[in-house]
This record gives sequence, structure tokens and C-alpha cells, in this order.
Amino acid sequence: MMSDILSIIKDRTQTYEQKLVSLARAAENTLEVLNVSKEVQEYKREGIICDLNEGNAPYRPRYIVPDYRRFMEQGSEFLRLKPANDIWEAANNLLILYRHVPSVTTMPVYVGNLDTLLEPYINDEEEAYKAIKLFLMHLDRTITDSFCHANIGPEPTTAGRLILRAERELQDAVPNLTIKYSAETPDDFALEAVRTALVSAKPSFANHEMFVGDLGINYSIASCYNGLPIGGGSFTLVRLVLARLAKKADNPEHFLNEVLPDAVSKMSEFMDQRISFILEESGFFESSFLVNEGLLNKDAFTAMFGMVGLAECVNHLLGAKEQKDRFGHSKAADALGLRIIERMHQLVSKHTNKYCKASDGHFLLHAQVGIDTDLGISPGCRIPIGDEPQIHEHLVQSAPFHKFFPSGIGDVFSFDETVKNNPEYLLDIIKGGFSAGLRYISFYASDSDLIRITGYLVKKSDIERLQKGKQALHDTVALGLGAVQNSRIMERKVRHNG
Amino acid sequence: MAKALVNKILPFSSVDGPGNRIAIFLQGCNYRCLYCHNPETISRCTHCGLCISACPSSSLDNINGKVTWNSSSCISCDACLAACRNKSSPKAVLMTVGDVMKTVDKVRPFISGITVSGGECTLQKEFLAELFYEVHKSKLTAFIDTNGSIDFSKEDMLVNSMDMVMLDIKSFDEEEHRMLTGMSNDLVLKNVEYLAGLGKLYEIRTVIVPGLLDNHRNVCEISAMISKLNPEIKYKLIKFRPLGVFGDMKKVPMPSNELMEDLKKSAEEKGCRNVIVV
Repeated sequence: MMSDILSIIKDRTQTYEQKLVSLARAAENTLEVLNVSKEVQEYKREGIICDLNEGNAPYRPRYIVPDYRRFMEQGSEFLRLKPANDIWEAANNLLILYRHVPSVTTMPVYVGNLDTLLEPYINDEEEAYKAIKLFLMHLDRTITDSFCHANIGPEPTTAGRLILRAERELQDAVPNLTIKYSAETPDDFALEAVRTALVSAKPSFANHEMFVGDLGINYSIASCYNGLPIGGGSFTLVRLVLARLAKKADNPEHFLNEVLPDAVSKMSEFMDQRISFILEESGFFESSFLVNEGLLNKDAFTAMFGMVGLAECVNHLLGAKEQKDRFGHSKAADALGLRIIERMHQLVSKHTNKYCKASDGHFLLHAQVGIDTDLGISPGCRIPIGDEPQIHEHLVQSAPFHKFFPSGIGDVFSFDETVKNNPEYLLDIIKGGFSAGLRYISFYASDSDLIRITGYLVKKSDIERLQKGKQALHDTVALGLGAVQNSRIMERKVRHNG
Repeated sequence: MAKALVNKILPFSSVDGPGNRIAIFLQGCNYRCLYCHNPETISRCTHCGLCISACPSSSLDNINGKVTWNSSSCISCDACLAACRNKSSPKAVLMTVGDVMKTVDKVRPFISGITVSGGECTLQKEFLAELFYEVHKSKLTAFIDTNGSIDFSKEDMLVNSMDMVMLDIKSFDEEEHRMLTGMSNDLVLKNVEYLAGLGKLYEIRTVIVPGLLDNHRNVCEISAMISKLNPEIKYKLIKFRPLGVFGDMKKVPMPSNELMEDLKKSAEEKGCRNVIVV
């Protein structure tokens, strides 16, 4: 323990800020305040249940999604801020608040539906553009973690267009960006978003109708691609590594009937303990000004039940060796994948937690994108890199899984740079994908420096810098480097014509 | 129901017209372009059987004197195409309009329309008219990609059934066009005027080949023609790529990015507003 702390202090690749976070995490992990059962401890030791670095004594919800609209209307007594009168004050107020929004990363994972927040303050367009560009640059340089996520849409706005224009110029990793896309979003606005994504790997597209159906109109996309209620968020995210759990099963039926139910029940118990600690012991909801000023409400929180490695789980259970028999290629493998997710959904829905009021007392399923140390474990329900089928087959294969995951699921596609000549091509794919049941889709051009690793953005040039032992401003660069080394991110299939 | 010999179907294409399109390549062409990059689409199979022994997955067979292809065991290695001495493919399939529509229906929510290419698709024009009638019922658009060698002004049924055309002007010069393709460009240029007049000309393409063609003259003449007819018509300048080509053409270098940008600038100076380099 002591030597771990000293090695953090002496690490030359971490910035001062990154060391501070690592030291805080190390301190928290000296505690053992949760009454974790032997069975859960064993699952954790085996790497089957994983709390994704949330810490042993959670002192804030993992993902916090403040009601920024309310903040813009009322200002903040605690921060001594009055409601803004112009674009500069609006940007300034938001930047001040961001500094005080906690999360598992210590930095905000959601910074608001920026277009609708800023639209009322736009008078002179060029002045607004300057303000917005500086505001976005400020975010990138001070929120040094690319799990920070902004939203725009679904309606077109001047602010939305200015944000897209600025992102095309800046090409920064932060903030992550999603456009809520609905049947009402006009093509010209959507195409501007596509053109932006082809130079800056963002925005991603969220199926607005689907999210509204699951979470109501007051939803946000936070962190990687997590659908969460505004004014609340998620207390915790723990994940079940199906790729490893499968090894405990003798056959698919044994897995579905015994192995999976036990793991789901133990993981739910562990999540309950974490949530109880936040609400009953940590004092967060009794002390935070975000709660006192109505920007957060504990009744608008849920909790995310994560899963990862479905493809490897299915391939193991079926003993699939050749590609034609594997997940993503064989009808039998895909059908087993769907049965597993349906079963998991049924098991998770049976469990109740009285604090998850935003989701009727239940946890929401989340297709987790993996962590840097995962070796040969594919994100959520994704087809492994190297096994990707043709894009039309890929979209049709993955769509049936999306309805089970209101708190996040999605695929990432890399397109040959020539599609920049035909952005309508991508918009057609998005429209078709959403009508087929896809919830969320991300893409980037193969010649882009900024790329989406699994859910977050990193510059390839920053990865190279870190690889040479130099510091990188964003802590997510280290995660990106790990994912590149362990998950073949750079080998993701580039979609050429067809 | 009309039938056509289909070389292959690409479910998603980003380069065959606006948006995402299913691209259908018909077998058979009346041109013999020196730089043809898919020569296996030129001729119809003569069932000589040379490809059968070349196939490593035993997916080709001689059944009653006809070479027959088993798509389920095929590993798409294209050894059959390499073995063919007839610029053909044993994998071309005779399909009805209904067969093609079944394939279209599978990807319908994802596409803006269909584009029929080749080979030279207008050699099977009766099939096209019937197919496009069905396609329009599905609220999709129907484009064709042609070398412009049939006289569109005499093909009312085809012209009325299609939405737009993408047409190659491989050379503006008659002699050069003959040298390159074996055919005159007379009808090609006539078709350009006719189709532009109807508002059915979506795009004109020219392949740029250093050393073989007078690229600069071609681009200047063609772009002058386009800008006179309608400067919004897309003009696509395509880099020659030595992929899939025959013989000496393998040794011809790709044009430099500088040359392509230079040609693009010339086309814009002539008044074209929509010039793309690929």
C-alpha cells in the first residue's frame, strides 16, 4: 500500500492533477466499509464482478447529471452567481459550475444540452461563435477527462450549428458530444453533424424517440453513451464480465439457469450495498449545494447494471472456433446471445432497490465498453474487432440488443475518408439503423487523429506521446493506450465502399 | 418478368450516387477500355470450364455443359476470375426483377435508392425499365451508371422510368476515345446534352490517366460543356488506380494529388461548381 502511494508520487507520466486523483483513490481504498459477502469477494477476485474503479467507500454518486437549465434560470446562491444576461456571462456561469460537479472521475461527466442552454443568449452570431469556441476550448483544457459529455438537438438551433462549426475547427477530445436525433431533426442540421463527425469523431447520434420512450423527455447522454435522467444520474455502475463467467458453465442451459442467475443476484446485492452507503452514510445528499439548490434530486437517480463480453461468452458456450460459427456470423450464436440478454434483463428486472426511483425501483442495463486492462473481452454486446461482418449485416445483427439497454449501448464504425464526399450516405445508415432499433451509433473517418476508442475520444498523437513516456493532459489517454494495446482498437475494420 | 445477368450486388455503396445506395452490377459491356478495373464484367461466360480446376473450394462444377457456381461454399478468393481468359465470371447469376427486389427489400430502410451499373447496364434496358417501376413503388430512387453508348433520345421507356444518370466521358477527343474504348464518343456527347436538357444528368466522370490521355484538354473541354449545360451537375475526377487492370496498364502510375488538384482548379475556372476528386 505505502509503496503504491510512493510510486504514484514519483510517477513522471502523471500530471499533478492526475496524481491528486490517484492519491485520493488510494486513500479511499484503504477503507473496508461495505459489508461485502464472501461470494461477492470471490466473484471480484475472479474478475467476474468489477466495480470499475468506483472505490471502496463511495462518497458521491458515480454519474451526476445536474439540471443546468434550472441553474441558468436561477443562478446559484452558494456560488454567488446571478442568472446570465449575455453569452459571455452564460459561458462563465457554466464554467464555474462545472468546477463543482463531482463524479467518479472527479470531473463532470455531463455538461448540459449546450445548444438549448446557450441559444437564448445569442444575438450577434460571430460574437457568439467566439464565445462558444473559447468555452469549448476551456472545457478541453480544464476538464481533462474525455468522459465529459455534452448534448445537442434534436431541434436545430443557431447555437447547435455554432457548436458543430467550432468542433470542426478545434478537433479536441473534450467534450464528448451527442446529437439527439429524431424524425423531426431536419436533414441539413443532421448532415452538418455528420460532416463534423467525419473530421472530429463527434457527435455520436442518439435515437431520441427510443430514449424518450424509455427515460422520458428529460434524459441526457453522459460519460461514454449513458442514457440518464436529468437532475439525477446513476448512483453506481458495476459490471458483470460474461466472458469470464461463461467458464463456470458446463453448457448454455447450465449458464442460463444456474450460473447467470447466481451472478446477477450477487452483483445486485453488491450494488445495493454501494447505493445504501451513498444515501445512508456518505452524507452527500444532505450536504451538496447541488441538492440544496434543486439541481439534483435523489429521486431522479437510477443505477446501472453493466455487462461486457457477450461475444466471448457465446463463443465459449458454443465452443465456436471458426468464424462462421462465432457471434456476429452464426444464427445460432446470435440467437444464444439474445437469449442471454433476455434472461439477464428478466433477472435484473426482478430485483428491486428502493432508492432507484427514476427507474421504478429497478436497475437499468448498460452495455459497458470495457476498461483498458481487458484482454480479449469485447465491449457490451459488440462483435469483436477482427470479426466484424459487412456493415449492413453488422447493423442488423446488433439492433435487436439495443432495446434492453436504456442506460447505454452502441457501436463504433470507422469509415474510409472518401465518405466525406457523400455525408448523405451516413445519414441514410443512421436513419435505417434507428428504424431497425439501434439506440446509438458513433463513427469517425479513418484519416482522423481524434478517434473513438470504445466510448470516449482520444487523439492518436497523444497516445504516441504517452507511449514515449511523456505526460498527456487528459487522463483518458492512458486508458486509450491500454485499449490500443489490449483490444486492437487500431485494427477496427475500416468501412470502404460497401 | 424480365431477367438480367447480374455480376454482383453491393448492398451499401457510398460512391454510386447520392446517399447510401444498393449497387447492382450487370454482366456484359460493349466497351473495351484499356484501364478497365473490373474486366470480369465484360463478357458472358462461354462455359469453357477453365475456372473449375482453378477453384480451391470446389465451388464450381460442370452441370450439363454449363459452369455452375455454388455460392455457399465459395470463399470469394477470385481465383476463377484470374483463370478466365474470356473477361467473364462464372459467378454471374440470371435474376428476375423479383429476385433483385428481394435483395433490395433487405436493405430498404438503410438506402436512398438503387444504382444499376456494370458492365454496361443499358445493354439490358428492358430489365431496367421494369426494375425501376418496382423500385419507385418502394419510394426509392433509380439511378443508372452508363458509358452513354445507347441513344437515350430513342429510349423513352428507359428514360421515363429512371430518375438520374451518371455518365462517363472517358475522353472528349474522338480519336482518343476510340483508342481508349474501341468506340466513338459521338453518342456519349449527344446523350450528355439530351439528358442535361431533361434535368436527368446527375454526374459526369472522367478517369485521369497520366501518360495515356490528354487529361488537361479533356477536363477543360468537358467542364466547359458542363458549365454551359448546368454548372451544378457534379463533375467527378477519378484517379486511375492500377488495381484489377490488365497487362501494361499495371505499370501506369497513379496521378499525383497535385495533378488532380490542378485539374480540379481548371474545371472550376471553366465554371463547374461541383467538382470532386476521388
